[in-house]
Amino acid sequence: MLVAQMAPTLTVAAPPTVKAKKGTVATVTFKATLPPGFHANSNTPTDDYLIPLMLKWTGGPLQADGITYPKAAMEKYSFSDKPLSVVTGEFTISTKFRIPANAPAGPSAENGTLRYQACNDRMCFAPKTVPVTIAVNIE
Amino acid sequence: MRLLRRAGIVSVSVLLGFVVCCTPTQPPKPAVRAESQRKHAPDFALKDATGKLVHLTDFKGKVVILDFWATWCNPCMVEIPWFQEFERKYKDRGFEVLGVSMDDDGWKAINPFVAKRKLNYRVVLGDDKTGDQYGGLEALPTTFVIDRNGRIASAHVGLPVAGKKDFEDAIKELLEAPVPADDGGAVRSDARRPDGPNPDRRRAPNS
Repeated sequence: MLVAQMAPTLTVAAPPTVKAKKGTVATVTFKATLPPGFHANSNTPTDDYLIPLMLKWTGGPLQADGITYPKAAMEKYSFSDKPLSVVTGEFTISTKFRIPANAPAGPSAENGTLRYQACNDRMCFAPKTVPVTIAVNIE
Repeated sequence: MRLLRRAGIVSVSVLLGFVVCCTPTQPPKPAVRAESQRKHAPDFALKDATGKLVHLTDFKGKVVILDFWATWCNPCMVEIPWFQEFERKYKDRGFEVLGVSMDDDGWKAINPFVAKRKLNYRVVLGDDKTGDQYGGLEALPTTFVIDRNGRIASAHVGLPVAGKKDFEDAIKELLEAPVPADDGGAVRSDARRPDGPNPDRRRAPNS
């Protein structure tokens, strides 16, 4: 059966502006959402060949000092003998940032990417990478 | 995977010129399209693990399952054992499976997988061009059953509704069909079935 199937898009909600002082630590959490009926591998998939959820901070005044991924759900799908470690629906990812003492004061942005690979119960879609941007205001 | 980001599965339907839909109120759909409605499978030249170029035309005269898959695609793993079984069961009757891996990491990802799964059919590494030729491959697995004349007889995006039977019914029907005359398709039919040409086998009138 041929059916039109479009790849699901993971939407990322921009977190509020991070206001922090130099030399301190801030934890930033953003929300991401997958459409109903789809799942993405967690950051710790059950098999090596699966593509994990992966957040990378690529540029900005902050120093990432640890990422907390959403708690994975172990879900069973018709195509797999064993439950898979996945995320579904709405989930959050937090990052602990250090604000360097020499960070430039004022408004700027911290940029990153979130890579995911989604499937439904019959097919999988190509890995995708979506941009993640945090507005920063360093005092 | 680069190509999967491109055109949608809708374009696969366009390539094939139809969308098959089956509901409980409809009669069972045939395993394959009528010969007159089949379109030629685009030819390609892709490398296997040894670097040897493999063309779709290498499979001339055979019924072929052309399976676009990737190592990261769990539903693809369901189909692979089916294809291994088909390769064993029907190879001597003029059937072959050709797997086209769409892994961005190439043979580094494919080789360990092929070894672990002991794949008994040929695998080549796909590219953007081939993906585009086959409608963009929005999702995997995307699988085409190709007749002896190189034409697409059926296609599935994702796991087929009836599972393995969908493929096996198509393979059997195509293997038992009269050998069509060579019409210049990607997979030529000048090679006869292993059991030799049968003069009673005629091309379908609507072809």
